[in-house]
Amino acid sequence: MSIRLGPVAEIPVGEGRTYAVDGDMVAVFRLRDGSLRALSAVCPHKGGPLADGQIDMKVVVCPLHLNAFDLTTGCSLTGQPDLTVYPVGVDDEGHIVIYSEVPA
Amino acid sequence: MAQRLVVIGNGMAGARTVEEILARGGDFDITVFGDEPYGNYNRIMLSNVLAGVEDESGIFLNDLSWYADNGITLNAGVRVARIDRFAKQVYAEDGTATPYDKLIIATGSRAWVPPIPGVHRKGRGYHQGVFAFRTLDDTRAMIRYAREHERAVVIGGGLLGLEAARGLQNHLGHVTLVHAAGHLMNTQLDAAGGAILQRSVEALGIEVVTDALTTEILGKHSVTGVKLKDGRTIPCDVVVIAAGIRANADVAEVSGLVVERGIVVDDQMRALDEADIYAVGECAQHRGQTYGLVAPLWDQAKVLADHLTGRDPDAAYHGSRIATKLKVAGVDVAAMGIQTAERDDDETLVFSEPRKGVYKSLVIRDGRLVGATLVGDVRKYAFLMQAFDRELALPEDRVELMFDLGGPPAEVSAADMADDAQVCNCNGVSKGTLVETVHGGCKTVNGVMDKTRAGKGCGTCKSLVQQIVEWAAGGEVEEDPKASWYVPGVPMPKPELMAAIRTHGLKSVSSVFATLVPGGEEDAKSKMGLASLLKMMWGDEYVDERDARFINDRVHANIQRDGTFSVVPQMKGGVTTPAQLKRIAEVAERHSVPMVKLTGGQRIDLLGVPKEKLPQIWSELDMPSGYAYGKSFRTVKTCVGSDFCRFGVGDSTALGIALEERYQGIEGPGKMKLAVTGCPRNCAEAYVKDLGVVAIDGGRWEIYVGGAAGAHVRKGDLLATVSSPDEVVTLTGRFLQYYRENANWLERTYAWVPRVGIERIREVVVDDADGIAADLDAAMDASVGAYRDPWKERVEPVTPGQFRTSLPLVVLPQVPVR
Repeated sequence: MSIRLGPVAEIPVGEGRTYAVDGDMVAVFRLRDGSLRALSAVCPHKGGPLADGQIDMKVVVCPLHLNAFDLTTGCSLTGQPDLTVYPVGVDDEGHIVIYSEVPA
Repeated sequence: MAQRLVVIGNGMAGARTVEEILARGGDFDITVFGDEPYGNYNRIMLSNVLAGVEDESGIFLNDLSWYADNGITLNAGVRVARIDRFAKQVYAEDGTATPYDKLIIATGSRAWVPPIPGVHRKGRGYHQGVFAFRTLDDTRAMIRYAREHERAVVIGGGLLGLEAARGLQNHLGHVTLVHAAGHLMNTQLDAAGGAILQRSVEALGIEVVTDALTTEILGKHSVTGVKLKDGRTIPCDVVVIAAGIRANADVAEVSGLVVERGIVVDDQMRALDEADIYAVGECAQHRGQTYGLVAPLWDQAKVLADHLTGRDPDAAYHGSRIATKLKVAGVDVAAMGIQTAERDDDETLVFSEPRKGVYKSLVIRDGRLVGATLVGDVRKYAFLMQAFDRELALPEDRVELMFDLGGPPAEVSAADMADDAQVCNCNGVSKGTLVETVHGGCKTVNGVMDKTRAGKGCGTCKSLVQQIVEWAAGGEVEEDPKASWYVPGVPMPKPELMAAIRTHGLKSVSSVFATLVPGGEEDAKSKMGLASLLKMMWGDEYVDERDARFINDRVHANIQRDGTFSVVPQMKGGVTTPAQLKRIAEVAERHSVPMVKLTGGQRIDLLGVPKEKLPQIWSELDMPSGYAYGKSFRTVKTCVGSDFCRFGVGDSTALGIALEERYQGIEGPGKMKLAVTGCPRNCAEAYVKDLGVVAIDGGRWEIYVGGAAGAHVRKGDLLATVSSPDEVVTLTGRFLQYYRENANWLERTYAWVPRVGIERIREVVVDDADGIAADLDAAMDASVGAYRDPWKERVEPVTPGQFRTSLPLVVLPQVPVR
């Protein structure tokens, strides 16, 4: 099972955008090496929009109170609850795809 | 089998050492011998028992059950007679012999009683009515006796004597303190400090006689008075001797250990030439020094426990720099280091206010604090103690050592704060949480700040957080190299970073990471600061990577707690027109903007605007951005000046508009808020701005810099007084450029100006002492020239989905609509 979100070109390099997936909000980030990461879009601290946060190759920093989360594991680095991580990739047509199971 | 550890002495040193050993999981069969028939109590609190403010049960540190619970054999009330160092046995007066593998002697000290005729009665111990003041039993007997008598004389005007005198006042009517030296507490205080203490003590109703050697205790069956060397007699029926203490090393001495003023020990607290015998506390003499205070004893106990348990076999005690803070007979007294200048070039600072009983004296050598005496006001103690203990650099204005001058709140004492005291008022972090984090192993200031979020709000508590971390780490705080870097992700201070950027011609944030960071790793938290720096350095040539921008700078609006944004159009100098107001009102109404508010910077704020609506709102407003979101030039607040105000002496409104016109939107290390006010009444609050201009009579203008009235309040320093608005505009640009090039990331002018010093800034900016004024002006010109109103991005987004919502579907904390 997988869900197509939209063309990867929608996300500028180094930024994130929010998508609705089955009623959940997912923030998808396009790292500077071109790879994607997908996490729950809401900061568990005070509900900040994580897709508006700044990222590097490892973390996203929430724009509201600068809580940081590991992009790959979803783990909070600043004492907040952890985020859900979604397996994400790009299909042959250059679309962002969220997998409900990790692809073999 | 566990090793057998025997401890002789159940006082504060012995018990503390055992506690430290247990805390390290030390595996010993422990036997403790105590002279007194109790558990272990806090001897320091005996004066409180005497004063009646504490009852006996309140001073016990460990009661008898503690010993049982920890498997310790306590022989309370059993005195040790002798140690057999060869057979490794301890012989007690009750006839028992106890073998040991390791032995700790912690016999403390005893009251020293000067050989005054009449102190003792043959075969009866002290004369009837004479007391020493050392143990719980002494205290009990003294209280009992004093209650039935009238007049007491305390011999000894040191700490203990003063405490005894004050305590005795609770039990009888008249107390006289007799002191052989010239002034009270002569080991801690200089003469002037002692004199002021004496005034305060006398105000409490204690009579004080100094330079008074007691030559005889009078009275046949019981005490009737004391006789002094000058022939005077003081009638009394109670005498308390508090003339000092001496190390209690008899057991060690008769057992053949080396004893001088105390049991001589090495840096592991090991008795001289002994393999398995140690001494701690007041009975020990380390590097020629014996200590009569509790702090060194704690240090010794830790070292000995580290050593004995094998936690750190090479743990070494290096002596203690003694600093004390006491409440002596109700008067605050603190002392450290030397009392008076000893060398010609020692600096001495003295403040004396006898009427209030306040005296402060400091001795500084080679820029380091080497001694301090405080009487009556010890608020600066924690700060001074740190400066003394760690030999810190001292503030240029030495007076700050003695008084709080309304500077940053850094001087609050870390040690004195309660555990639950909130340190970071933005993120609700208490002192206790910080201390726990440090004890949990995190020993850098930034590390603790990251973990707890303390200091990550408005930032005003950072220096206090730093103090607490340093205090909690007990001098083991680890240098955080990042502290000197411009941003945490690039290992260089700002000047080196700027030089490297120029050398390599780095014009984008990603190229800085790739070139200047080992491994080329980027860092999210460093991007914004680098973007600001590069934009300042390269102007039009800067390669703008949008991901380097914080969200506010990506969408030119300030993100709010619910993920919406605030829109503040430019309103130069706070001057608007009816047409402009109508337009703003219509836009707000059309889009149901939840809140319309006047800002502190004399503008209008539309709050609660969703990101996707920003371009449309900008377009309908058709006004330039007011930059109420960036680390940048913000506003120029003005008063109505000479046009309308009957007091105005300069056209502040016109000058404010001119300044904003020219420097709008310029980025910097921090926000730049300005004001121009038309007369010294200062209605535009120019004294508390990053740069504030004040018109004064005669067509002249004063320029103040480094002011603040936010989380931190500071009046700006006068940079220059000039005679024309043009000069104000030029100097403003030059000052701002110098600030932009030299301040650290997020360092506001209120911190930067005092750090660099107004004299130095004036040299560069006004007098052009470095010959860089023309360069500063040219650099600022280039930045001004490169300015584009960002709200023009509304026509065509710079990146795909620049204004696409990131708002979750989940309901966020709602901001109420007014």
